[in-house]
Amino acid sequence: MAEDVKHDYHLVNPSPWPLIGSVAVLILAIGGVVFMKGLFGLEKGTTWVMLVGLAMVIWVMIGWWREVIKEGRTGDHTPVVEIGLKYGMVLFIASEVMFFGAWFWSFFEFAIFHGARVGETFDYTNPIFAEGLSRFAEWPPVGVATFDPFHLPLMNTLILLLSGTTVTAAHHALQHDKMDNAKLMLILTIVLGIVFTALQAYEYSLAQFTFDGTLYGSAFFMATGFHGAHVVIGTIFLLVCLLRMYAGNMTAKKHLGFEFAAWYWHFVDVVWLFLFAFVYVIPHLVLGH
Amino acid sequence: MPMDQVAVDHGHDAHDHKPGFFTRWFFSTNHKDIGTLYLVFALVAGIIGYALSGLIRWELAEPGIGPLTGMMEAMYGTTGDAAIEQAKSFYNVVITYHGLIMIFFMVMPALIGGFGNWFVPLMIGAPDMAFPRMNNISFWLTVGGFFLLILSMLVPGGNGVNGFGGGWVLYPPLSAMKGHSGPSMDLLILSLHTIGIASILGAINFIVTILNMRAPGMTMHKMPLFAWSMLVTAILLLLALPVLAGALTMLLTDRNFGSQFFDPSGGGDPIMFQHLFWFFGHPEVYIMILPAFGIISHIVSTFSRKPIFGYLGMAYAMVSIGAIGFIVWAHHMYTVGMPSDMKAYFVAATMVIAVPTGIKIFSWIATMWGGSIDFEVPMVWAIGFIFLFTVGGVTGVVLANAGIDHVLHDSYYVVAHFHYVLSLGAVFGLFAGWYYWFEKMFGVKYNKSLGYWHFWTMFIGSNVLFFPQHFLGLNGMPRRYIDYADGFAMWHYWSSIGYAITLVGTLIFFVGLVEAALRRRKAEANPWGEGATTLEWTLPSPPPFHQFNELPVVKTEGGH
Repeated sequence: MAEDVKHDYHLVNPSPWPLIGSVAVLILAIGGVVFMKGLFGLEKGTTWVMLVGLAMVIWVMIGWWREVIKEGRTGDHTPVVEIGLKYGMVLFIASEVMFFGAWFWSFFEFAIFHGARVGETFDYTNPIFAEGLSRFAEWPPVGVATFDPFHLPLMNTLILLLSGTTVTAAHHALQHDKMDNAKLMLILTIVLGIVFTALQAYEYSLAQFTFDGTLYGSAFFMATGFHGAHVVIGTIFLLVCLLRMYAGNMTAKKHLGFEFAAWYWHFVDVVWLFLFAFVYVIPHLVLGH
Repeated sequence: MPMDQVAVDHGHDAHDHKPGFFTRWFFSTNHKDIGTLYLVFALVAGIIGYALSGLIRWELAEPGIGPLTGMMEAMYGTTGDAAIEQAKSFYNVVITYHGLIMIFFMVMPALIGGFGNWFVPLMIGAPDMAFPRMNNISFWLTVGGFFLLILSMLVPGGNGVNGFGGGWVLYPPLSAMKGHSGPSMDLLILSLHTIGIASILGAINFIVTILNMRAPGMTMHKMPLFAWSMLVTAILLLLALPVLAGALTMLLTDRNFGSQFFDPSGGGDPIMFQHLFWFFGHPEVYIMILPAFGIISHIVSTFSRKPIFGYLGMAYAMVSIGAIGFIVWAHHMYTVGMPSDMKAYFVAATMVIAVPTGIKIFSWIATMWGGSIDFEVPMVWAIGFIFLFTVGGVTGVVLANAGIDHVLHDSYYVVAHFHYVLSLGAVFGLFAGWYYWFEKMFGVKYNKSLGYWHFWTMFIGSNVLFFPQHFLGLNGMPRRYIDYADGFAMWHYWSSIGYAITLVGTLIFFVGLVEAALRRRKAEANPWGEGATTLEWTLPSPPPFHQFNELPVVKTEGGH
């Protein structure tokens, strides 16, 4: 249907992926509730519905992005479309920033206003809050042994910062058409990402607090856990770029996918710096925990 | 409006290759088809939400617990006191889903998904949205979210009935395991996650389309006000929804994985949820009303045959409403025990919003002033909007005062206030847009008499419905109760009479829809004459499957 078109915008052909994707999300969501609560006669803890949904979501992602890559390679991504895609990625990252805003906001609230909540808002004589009163008068709550920020967390900070430099080096090499160098630097970035995730998992295994049962654990694992999930996603994103480089899919002039992966990686990097500062270092220095 | 002159003829004749039925409507990548899908969806969801409000007014027409008890007997086979107890819970379920459906599945899909998809590309001279395929998943995820919501209404909530009954604000502990232990609340959370993803993707799409795909010569300051309103709306969605997603995720893990974010017995803080929720929730009310602002501006200008008064002021009033909308959220929470200084700040900040809102109201009036006004159907809806929205805005200023709000919080005064700005504001804007663009979208004319009848029955009905609720609230009638003291009986009775009148109006609306569909009177490209200056009126009705294959050029010399 593209005859007589005298503009450079991309009129996309009809696609089954959005509908399938929505069904996949629906199955995933229902599967999630089946797992958490049990539904439709399925026992609580049943995982197969959720896994079917997840598999479908992954299938849709692969199918959809294959379509996008194909379109990019057959010339649908004109300069004006590329600008649109870039805006789109920036806006997506902006919404991700607000998502992390929720975790930081709640962490700060718990950290800063613990006294107000325990001391002023709550009825001292109410036995329900007696435990809270004794434990949560400080932050982190009494009895919670936090991590030493200048041990594994500092190591991880350096790893992520280094990976930020290697991904930039890969970008420069790519722009100058030095493909071997670009691949090497990208491999290094991916390895650093995997090392970060592994160290973070190791650190989690050493934790003296848990996600359930302690407020500090809830706030800590939620914030760092979502960051970790983003690191994994970013690593996969970079890995796909690496495979596409080997497939001869990225050129010095056209490598939007790589640029987006790099932006995403930098975003993940910056979130970590905030986590390191506010979740690890400042409570340690100011509060002496 | 500055962008009135269109120079180039755009080739839009024979070559309308529409795909087959299934591909066209299920795999769509066409902004107009997706817009139509959204409108049909909003219509269906709107009927369900409207039927739920019918249950509310039916129950509240007289003191005592009546009709819903009978429903419980039919639905659960209970009798006597057990049925009454269930009816109380069921009433709360009804108001909760009425609110959620009307907000997330009626007003937003219709105004943003429907009119936004249809007319943002047409008005800015773009051939389609920036990401047509992503546009479609926004729609289908909305449908998926609705499916989850309806499912959540049909599975056990935890209080002896199906569904969640804690109100659309989902405050813990009502939304925690203590309040509702059943799977209903979990489905509801995931429903809102799903529609949240849909809205964020849609928001990205609108922002990119507006920033990147305006016709040559159309600078931001020549862009139609509806596009401006959608830009601001989309930015609000993009920045507010992820915060809600965070709050909902915490709620979900509190419910299922033992975290303690909102549980005071573990040191958590239920008020934290309210902050996160209203940080989303307050921008959300502007998300619902800003598109209506855009629509009303075009209608008032078209039928006054004058450019809108103070175009730039109108655009930046919306920008400032959006910006200030992010820093006033706690005025929904005056009674949680916040310090006086904090209240003082939120009172002041909230009052400030009255300024850009006043700019909009006065500019609409100034546009009409001295104009040669055509009282066409959309124009009477628009004037109705301005009147009713102003009433709701004024009661909003009353409620913005923390001192007064302590008395009126959670009373029917609040219910009356937000129904004036939403049910009578956003929805009147919706109908105004419907009658303004109906012929453009569907290529057939509607019966104008039915349009006027629809307006007058809705105008009278909704005022009879909601105005007495101010009196109820001032007299101390609390929200979200199935029963009330006999002293409130008269105004509740009138309120229910008002609902019955709107029922007639809604019937007329559907009669008008069917009449137009059956008669098939061919619509002109521009039925509104010289006042209609935006680009969509340069296209035939309905527009070709792909418009603007050759981009229109907007003349640059200031023609306003």
